[in-house]
Amino acid sequence: MKPSFITNTRSSYGLPAIVFHWLVALLFIGLFALGLYMVDLDYYNAWYNRAPWWHKALGIVLTVLLVIRWCWRLLNVVPAPLGLDRHWQYLTVRVVHQLFYILLAVACVSGYFISTAKGSAIDVFDWFELPAIIQLDESWQAWVARIHEWSVYFTAGLMVLHSLAALKHHFINHDKTMIRILIPIKPEESDG
Amino acid sequence: MKTLQILLLAFGLYGANAIAADYVIDKKGMHASIQFKISHLGYSWLWGRFNDFDGEFSYDKNSPEKSRVSVAIRTASVDSNHAERDKHLRDDRFLHVEKYPESRFVSTAYEPAGDGTAVLKGNFTLRGVTRPIEIKVKFIGEGKDPWGGYRAGFEGKTRIALADYGIVKNLGPASKELDLFLAVEGVRKDK
Repeated sequence: MKPSFITNTRSSYGLPAIVFHWLVALLFIGLFALGLYMVDLDYYNAWYNRAPWWHKALGIVLTVLLVIRWCWRLLNVVPAPLGLDRHWQYLTVRVVHQLFYILLAVACVSGYFISTAKGSAIDVFDWFELPAIIQLDESWQAWVARIHEWSVYFTAGLMVLHSLAALKHHFINHDKTMIRILIPIKPEESDG
Repeated sequence: MKTLQILLLAFGLYGANAIAADYVIDKKGMHASIQFKISHLGYSWLWGRFNDFDGEFSYDKNSPEKSRVSVAIRTASVDSNHAERDKHLRDDRFLHVEKYPESRFVSTAYEPAGDGTAVLKGNFTLRGVTRPIEIKVKFIGEGKDPWGGYRAGFEGKTRIALADYGIVKNLGPASKELDLFLAVEGVRKDK
């Protein structure tokens, strides 16, 4: 495999960046759906305990994935946005992409605190237990729950905009914005 | 102040027997608790408590029928030693603490049985619903404490149905009612 398939260039995403992007996207969608489903479960439902168990363990997986993805982003160049000619458009793209990282980090951290607020550890697939680090009083418990909820709804909203923007680039602007996050494309000559 | 008390005592205007003494629940020293237990699936008891409450009572052993009690509970202080369950208990399906931050009991009658037990009648407000309840009360003891104060203590027990207070979430057939336990020690107010 050519080096350009691994690392990003000014015009293309490498394979790891693409895989990270879709893993995070799928995990987030799965966790969001599972979260909405589990909060309304009947007490006698067989999933009443099982759904939160999966939600918490997968949340930890997402957290680890986000950290690795963030490190990978720092080690790589970020491909330049395509088809934008105004300063505010560049700024919007930058803010939205950064917000994804920030909101997902907030969602992960607040989720951790919801479960560990009174000293209980989080069971990660019966594999290991992630211990509590601090205990929160009841008003903080209420706040982390609110923050968790708001951050995931905000992320879901951004995801819809992000997807619509990708489709617009593909079908209206006819550029490679969407294709290059699906497969590693051949970098432009000018990338050297 | 002391001189005044002694003077009043001397003139027989300040007899402990004449006026029922007023007590404040010892919240500072936390010689009081409000706990509850509810059946879990019919197999065991789940215990919880309210960490923050305040109250007063008035009691005179020579005329106990004149006793009065009022207790206010801050509902958000519910504690079942499990963060996620406590979060559920605080949300709108259970205590709905944002809308109903306070639960309250105010007595209307105290009916002593003569053996140190009594039935305490009153209105209990929970989740915005006020209903009359009866609490089985037992007088534990009273007397001087080692630090210059005077104390009296009781315990009480009652049972409430969750649905009566608008809590309709299905926890199973064994978990429709909840037992409330109160243990209070009051410190007599200075006259």
